[in-house]
Amino acid sequence: MSSSSVAVVDYGMGNLHSVASALEKVGDGVKVIVTDCPETILGADRVIFPGVGAIRDCMAELKARGLDEVIQEVAAQKPMLGICLGMQALLESSEENGGVECLDILPGAVKFFGNDLHDSAGTRLKVPHMGWNNVAQTIEHPLWAGIANHSRFYFVHSYYVDAPDFVAGTADYGVQVHAALACENVFAVQFHPEKSGEAGLRLLRNFLNWDRPVASFFPVTD
Amino acid sequence: MALAKRIIPCLDVDKGRVVKGVNFVGIRDAGDPVEVAKRYNEQGADEITFLDITATHEGRETTVHTVEQIAAEVFIPLTVGGGIREIKDIRTMLNAGADKVGINSAAIHRPDFVKEAADRFGSQCIVIAIDAKRVADEADGRPRWEIFTHGGRKPTGINAVEWAIKMVANGAGEVLLTSMDGDGTKAGYDLALTRAISEAVPVPVIASGGVGNLDHMVAGIQEGLADAVLAASIFHFGEYTVPEAKAYMAARGIEVRL
Repeated sequence: MSSSSVAVVDYGMGNLHSVASALEKVGDGVKVIVTDCPETILGADRVIFPGVGAIRDCMAELKARGLDEVIQEVAAQKPMLGICLGMQALLESSEENGGVECLDILPGAVKFFGNDLHDSAGTRLKVPHMGWNNVAQTIEHPLWAGIANHSRFYFVHSYYVDAPDFVAGTADYGVQVHAALACENVFAVQFHPEKSGEAGLRLLRNFLNWDRPVASFFPVTD
Repeated sequence: MALAKRIIPCLDVDKGRVVKGVNFVGIRDAGDPVEVAKRYNEQGADEITFLDITATHEGRETTVHTVEQIAAEVFIPLTVGGGIREIKDIRTMLNAGADKVGINSAAIHRPDFVKEAADRFGSQCIVIAIDAKRVADEADGRPRWEIFTHGGRKPTGINAVEWAIKMVANGAGEVLLTSMDGDGTKAGYDLALTRAISEAVPVPVIASGGVGNLDHMVAGIQEGLADAVLAASIFHFGEYTVPEAKAYMAARGIEVRL
């Protein structure tokens, strides 16, 4: 792994320092490159597609840099990890900002939690969903290796992913949040592994060790 | 299985050292902020808040460096407050590795600042920090709290609950609520104030100011309806550890990250 490289896609959406330093912490010499250069991204062994903020700005910034097509290409070619807004951008569309078309790499939509969210006991739930929630692992996947099922990860988001075809993990917050998706060489998480302590660092380490997708990672959708 | 209530140790930092005063005076040294932050991370703190109380420009540069050092070693959320007055201050702190910034008096001087900050960086990283004191009741007998600045010395005339609603409408994604009556006294959070604000806004509320024991933390959540509880001196001076606080809360039915 020490000779491999990971590109963190920098498209002006939020602070990438944490993602980069977490990768350096677990990377055992892996080259971490924070970049918006299409050639550099396409030349890296692995790609992390992070993001915080609003989806309309996210899509505009991607397009302005020509990175929308780069992400499509990466998704077809090499291990890619989408984080938070980077996960949401992979889907077909989002309800945020009055409705925004996304990259349509994975089937599914991004929906608003609403202003009247309650848990099953009727307790009002705050939005954004901010803090540490349990993630149920719904498939076996190399990125879950060594992470106990139902471990807590740190979330902060007001819109949630509904993408039933490729669910790898779920969290409960008034609705069922699709907290992780897996499809071939793409893995995507709503939570922030770079801010989720040991469990998050382990997921990032697993990503750096993830060589090649195997057909059996396809979820059982029956 | 639900969202955990957060326990947030707070580092009040002056010129590169963790300090803690009583009612914002009477400073006691509590160590090197990077070491303190690492210790809380190892103990399982859910988040760390770093309040810069340094007054000088040189001291602020030290703060940025300290935030960088903490962010390189501690992989849990980090909020930085104190001295956030302009958009560039926010950018500096986020680039240094902060996940969220707390905006306090700058919002009072210019309420649109929170809106500009949220538009630029997203609500998820904008925390409205409110320092409030209980004042004479409203005419109908309901309690009234006002925002105070300058370490609790200067009243602003602003109703704290109304202010929280307004700042959240402007885009703040979280409220850090400090009772200036309680701060440093160890007499407990102002539960009525915490509850009033938590019920009034849709975003999470962090209770702060006055924790002296673990029952205060439990009450902050169960009676104050806080989403997170912040404490400084009870952790700094070793009276309780974070795991002790979590175990105590879990035993009283509060969902925590163990």
